[in-house]
Amino acid sequence: MAVDDGLKSELQKAGVFITSVEGIYNWGRRSSVWPLQFGLACCAIEMISAACSRFDLARFGAEVFRPSPRQADLMIVAGTVTKKMAPQVVRLYNQMPEPKYVIAMGACSISGGPFKQGYNVLKGIDRYIPVDVHIPGCPPRPEALLNALMFLQRKIDNEHLTGINRVRWYDDTDPADFAVPSFGAHDLEPACNRAVWQPDKIKRGVA
Amino acid sequence: MPSYEYSYLLICVLMLAAFGFAAAPLVISAAVRPRKPSLIKQNIFECGLDSKGDSWVQFKVQYYVYALIFVIFDLETVFLLPWAVAFNKLGLFAFVEMLVFLIVLVGGLVWAWGKGVLEWK
Repeated sequence: MAVDDGLKSELQKAGVFITSVEGIYNWGRRSSVWPLQFGLACCAIEMISAACSRFDLARFGAEVFRPSPRQADLMIVAGTVTKKMAPQVVRLYNQMPEPKYVIAMGACSISGGPFKQGYNVLKGIDRYIPVDVHIPGCPPRPEALLNALMFLQRKIDNEHLTGINRVRWYDDTDPADFAVPSFGAHDLEPACNRAVWQPDKIKRGVA
Repeated sequence: MPSYEYSYLLICVLMLAAFGFAAAPLVISAAVRPRKPSLIKQNIFECGLDSKGDSWVQFKVQYYVYALIFVIFDLETVFLLPWAVAFNKLGLFAFVEMLVFLIVLVGGLVWAWGKGVLEWK
């Protein structure tokens, strides 16, 4: 039986506090989002700054940067992902246990940023792994990372363990791995994971 | 007044509570965790690169022996330096003490040398 917010509020006035399994599960999850400790480029400096005392990521329970993907919940892709690095990033993502989340931090990890025209820069990590929160900026300030984390926490709060909209890792048909690209003759192969990302349709003709 | 058995009962309750406290998170997380095993996830090393070989790597035992012998020199430095700095104030007793200390350490070194530890094969 679902308890609406009004009844919950009435019960609280009488000293009865109730919650749902899902609510307490999500609360536990969102209060301890442990990031994977790795930085790819200059955005990592802002990420370090966010973790230090001035910005204090610990306020959100996310200060425990884990050096092993096996203990991490959140991957902060902080910086330019080169094509040389992309397979490693995807493999690390695959090695993280579910539930796992990704924040793409900065213009580079979203789209390649200022290096978009570069032959060796991946045009966005969302071509290979599902990104939950994108933070624009070059680099984004620590406040932006904090905002992204709070955004992610709101997302976790609204996750469902059962029903049609449940999170993908409780779906048995959902694959455990995302395809790790390999170095091809000219580009990474495959150039993107179609299950995660679809290239834009190019409209040819008169503008 | 509580009986003798009663105080043991309290200890039992405390032990049960302690066990439950440790076991509950394990049981709960085993019950609610998503099950998504995969080959990449079960790699030996949680590194971005492909794992090569297995985790039962054999190191040459001489590394350990060498490290142990190094401790002799390490300790010597730690004690010799303050002793040398304060040498003028310490007098004969400290000098003899340090000699004894050095003899003990050198004795160990000579023994190891005789065993052939210093030869790297």
